[in-house]
Amino acid sequence: MSAYESECCTADQPDATISLLTKKDFQSAQEVKWCPGCGDFGILSQVQNVLPKLGIPREKIVFVSGIGCSSRFPYYLNTYGIHGIHGRAPAIAMGVKCANPELSVWVVTGDGDSLSIGTNHLIHCLRRNLDLTILLLNNQIYGLTKGQYSPTSEFGKKTKSSPLGTIEQPIHPIPLALAAEGTFVARTVFADQAHLGKTIEAAARHKGTSFVEIRQNCVVFNDNVLGTFTDADTRGDHWIYLEQGRPIRFGKDGRKGLAMRGTQPEIVAVGEGGVREENLIVHDARGASNSQAYLLAGLAPPEFPTALGIFRQVEKPTYDDLLMDQIDDAIAKNGRGELAKLLNAGTTWLVE
Amino acid sequence: MVQAKLAKEKEFVQVRSATVRFAGDSGDGMQLAGSQFADIASMTGTVVRTLTDFPSEIRAPAGSLGGVSGFQLSFGDEEVRTPGDEPYVLIAMNPAALKMNLAELQPGGIVIVNEDEFTPGNLAKAAYSSNPLETGDLSSFRVIPVSMTRLNEEAVRPMNLSRKDAARCKNFFALGMTLWLYDRPLQPMLEWLMDKFRKNKAIMAANGASLRAGYNFADTAELFRVQHTVATARLPKGRYRRVTGNEAAALGLIAAANRAGRALVYASYPITPASEILHELSKHKEYDVRTLQTEDEIAACVAAMGASFAGAIGATGTSGPGLSLKAEGLGLAVMTELPMVCINVQRAGPSTGMPTKTEQADLLMAVYGRHGECPMPVLAAATPADCFQMTFEAVRLAVKYMTPVMLLSDSFLSSSAEPWRVLAPEELPDLRIAELPAGEDFAPYRRDPKTLSRPWVVPGTPKREHRIGGLEKLDGAGTVSYDAANHQRMVNLRAEKIAGISRDIPPAEVTGAKEGDLLVIGWGSTYGAIAAAVDELLHAGRRVAHLHLRYLNPFPANLGEILSKYERILVPENNMGHLCSLLRDRFLVNALPLPKVDGRTFRIREIQEHVETLLGGLFR
Repeated sequence: MSAYESECCTADQPDATISLLTKKDFQSAQEVKWCPGCGDFGILSQVQNVLPKLGIPREKIVFVSGIGCSSRFPYYLNTYGIHGIHGRAPAIAMGVKCANPELSVWVVTGDGDSLSIGTNHLIHCLRRNLDLTILLLNNQIYGLTKGQYSPTSEFGKKTKSSPLGTIEQPIHPIPLALAAEGTFVARTVFADQAHLGKTIEAAARHKGTSFVEIRQNCVVFNDNVLGTFTDADTRGDHWIYLEQGRPIRFGKDGRKGLAMRGTQPEIVAVGEGGVREENLIVHDARGASNSQAYLLAGLAPPEFPTALGIFRQVEKPTYDDLLMDQIDDAIAKNGRGELAKLLNAGTTWLVE
Repeated sequence: MVQAKLAKEKEFVQVRSATVRFAGDSGDGMQLAGSQFADIASMTGTVVRTLTDFPSEIRAPAGSLGGVSGFQLSFGDEEVRTPGDEPYVLIAMNPAALKMNLAELQPGGIVIVNEDEFTPGNLAKAAYSSNPLETGDLSSFRVIPVSMTRLNEEAVRPMNLSRKDAARCKNFFALGMTLWLYDRPLQPMLEWLMDKFRKNKAIMAANGASLRAGYNFADTAELFRVQHTVATARLPKGRYRRVTGNEAAALGLIAAANRAGRALVYASYPITPASEILHELSKHKEYDVRTLQTEDEIAACVAAMGASFAGAIGATGTSGPGLSLKAEGLGLAVMTELPMVCINVQRAGPSTGMPTKTEQADLLMAVYGRHGECPMPVLAAATPADCFQMTFEAVRLAVKYMTPVMLLSDSFLSSSAEPWRVLAPEELPDLRIAELPAGEDFAPYRRDPKTLSRPWVVPGTPKREHRIGGLEKLDGAGTVSYDAANHQRMVNLRAEKIAGISRDIPPAEVTGAKEGDLLVIGWGSTYGAIAAAVDELLHAGRRVAHLHLRYLNPFPANLGEILSKYERILVPENNMGHLCSLLRDRFLVNALPLPKVDGRTFRIREIQEHVETLLGGLFR
C-alpha cells in the first residue's frame, strides 16, 4: 500500500456531477500576479489538480490565507475564500470550520506568515487537530516586502535587512509541527510536481490538521535556495523520499541508506561492508511514538540529506468533531434548547 | 465599649430604600450572603441593585486588608437606581473588613461586627494599633458587636460538621440577622438551601440552623431598636429575574442567534472581567452555542469573523489590553463587511491597570481606534439588564448592516445585578435575513440600496463562490482594486453605511426639562447615578435634564437638535472626557467634562453637587 493512500477522507459521498469537475472549474477569473518563474504557480496548479479528485462540491471548499505572496492563493481558486491578516489564517479557519464543520477548509501560508507573526496560531491549530489542511510555502525569505530574511532563512544569510548576515538560527517547520503533536506532517518540494501533487492529495484526505511544508524558491530574492534539488546529477544524494513501511534508501540507484548507530542516524552504503537492507531504518509514520519522525525531520545538510514525504500520519479525534459531539450530547441530555426556558431559568418571581 | 442602646419595645421604621454592605474575608461567603439577600429583597417586591467589590488576588492572606471582599446592595421603590452612595448598614466579619469599608458608611449608620474575630492577631493584620470596638473611634455609628463565630458554632453543633465546614456557615448567621433587620421572610432562603444542598443534607441543615439562629438572635436579643420596612416598587407586570451584566450579555447573544436562526460561535481569551460571558455561554451547548477558548485575543477576534463568514453569529468578548489586540481583526471585519460583535467589558487602564476596577476609558478607542478610515457602530449598555437588550441590538445591527459592532460594558455592569423582566421570545425581533433570490446575478459587494449592506452569502451556497479579504474591493464586484477613485468611493460607502444606522435606532430622549439651563449627558454604567442626581435636582426645582446615550456611533439623529436647547452641557464619565470630546467634535458645543477615574462609579451626590455648583456659579 502506498503511503499516500488513506482510509479516511474529508469529502462527502462523491456524486456524478462532482466527479465531472475538472481543474478548470477551480481556476478563478482573477489574473495571477506572482513573479514569472515563481514556485507558487506549480503549487497552485497541483492544488487545482487535486481538488477535482476529492469529490467535494466546489461551494463546500474554503481557502483561507494570511499575508505574503503565498497568501494570494485564495484569489486564484474558484472556491470560497478569505484573504486574511498576517499570520492569522489558522485562527480564521478555526472560526470557519467550527461554524460549519461540513466545509473542506484549507490554509495557505508562508514562512513569515506562520513561523513568525502567526507561529502561535499554527501551533495551537495543530495541537487541537482541527480538520483542515495547511500548506506552508517555505521560500526562506520575505518576498512581498522585498527581500528581508525570514525565520527559516539559514544562519548568516545576507539580505536587505541583514547586510552582514543574519545572527539568528532558523526555525524548522517539521519538528515544530511534530512538537505540536500534528497528526499529519509532511514535506514536499515545488520542483517535483508529482510528489507535490500526491502529498497535497494525501494531506487533503487526512482527517485532522494536515501540515505540509512545501520547499520552494523565490525567483527574485532567493532563487538558488533549492539548488541541490534542481541539480539532476547530485540531487539523489541530497534528498530522501520517505515511503511508509520501506527501508530508507537514497542516492543513485538507492545505493545509500540510513541506519542507526546507537542513538544517532548514520549514512551507510548498502551492500558494502556487510550492510544489508535489513540494517536500514524502516520508515513508519504511524507508530505510537513520533520520535522517528523527529529523527528524520532533523536530518539536514551538510551532514545529511533532507527528507521529503510524510513524516507522521496518525488518527486522533478532531476538535470540530469533539465540539459538535458536546453539542449533540447536550441536546440528547437536555433536549434542544428552547429560548423561553433559558430566559426563565434560575430564581424568578412574578410581579402582579 | 460602645454599646447599642437596647430598645424597650420593637418598632418599625418605614424607609423608601436601604443600602447594605456585606464585607468579610474572601473566604467568608459575603458574595453569597449578599446575593441571597438581594434575591429575597427582589422577591418581596423591591427594586434591587447590587455592587460587588472583589480583591484582585485570588486568595489573599486571611484577615488581611487585601483580602476583603464586599457586596453592596440598595433596595426599595423604583427610585432606587444605583447600588447606593453610602451604606446604612455594614456587616463586617473581621477587623480588615471594618477598616476597608467604614469610611463609606453613613454617619449614624449601623455596623454589625463579628466581635469574635477582633483578636490581637486580626487587629494587627488590619493595621489597627488598638481595638476600634473599645476606643470610641466608632462613636458616630451604632455598633452592634455580635459573637457570630461562637453563636454559629453552637447553632450548627448538632450536625457534627468538621470545624472548617461549621465555620463556613457563619455568613448565614449574618444573613439571618440582616433579614430580621429588614423584616424579610426566611422561607425563600430555606427553600433555596434545600435545593442547593439537596445532596448534602448536613450542610443544608447547618446553614439553615445558622440562618435561623441569626434571625432569632436579632429578634430576641433586641440588638436593634427598630426593624426597617422598605417601600416596594411599582414595576411593570411580569416574571422577573436578577441578572448581572455579563449574564445578560450572554443571554442576549444566545437569544439573538436563536432569533437569527443561526449557530452562535463565541471565541474568547480569558480576561477579567469579561471571562464570565465565556463561562456562561459554555454552559448552554444545547442552544447550539459553540464556545472557543482561543490561544489569544487576536485569534478570538478573527475566529469570530471566520465563523460569521461561514454563516454563524460570530462574537468575541474582551477587556482592557485585549481590545488593543483586537483592533487589526476588527479592521478586517470592517473591510470584509462581515457581521460580528465585540463585547468590550471595560476596566481601569492603561495596560494591565486595575483589572477588577471599573472605567469607561475605551470609548475613543471603540470609535476611532483602528488604522485607516474604519468606522464601526459602537453601542453601550446603561444597566446590567440593559446588557441583554444592547447585545441583542448589536447582533441585529451587525447582520442587517454587515458590519462588526462594538458593545461597551464595564467592570461595574459586568458583576452588578438588577431585576430584569424576562422577555418572551416573541417579544424579540426576528433577525432572520432574506436569502438572495436564486438565479439573481450575484456580486459580493453589490449593496442593498437602502442599508448599503452587501449580501451575506455563505460557503455551501452553490454557484456563488467568491473571495473576500483585507485588500480594497472594487465597488460592486468585490474583486481586488487599487484604483484611486474606487478607494475614495469605497471609503465613502463604508462611512455612509454606518452613518445611515442613525435612521434605524431610537431617537435620543431626555428626562426632565425639555429645554433649560443644563443637560447632563451620560453613556454606559453612569446611568443610575446621573438619573438619580437629575431627579433630585428636578425635585429641587432646577431646569435640568438627563440624556443617556446607548448609541455612540452613530449618534441618534436628533442629538444635535436636543443639545441646542440647553445653556450648558455636562458630561459625567468614568474617563477624562471621551464623550465630551466627541460631542464637541461633532456638534461644536461647549460641553463640560466631569471626569472620574478612581476605579469607582459615580455617587449620586457627586453629580448633584457638581451641578449645583455649576448652576450656582451661573445664576447666583
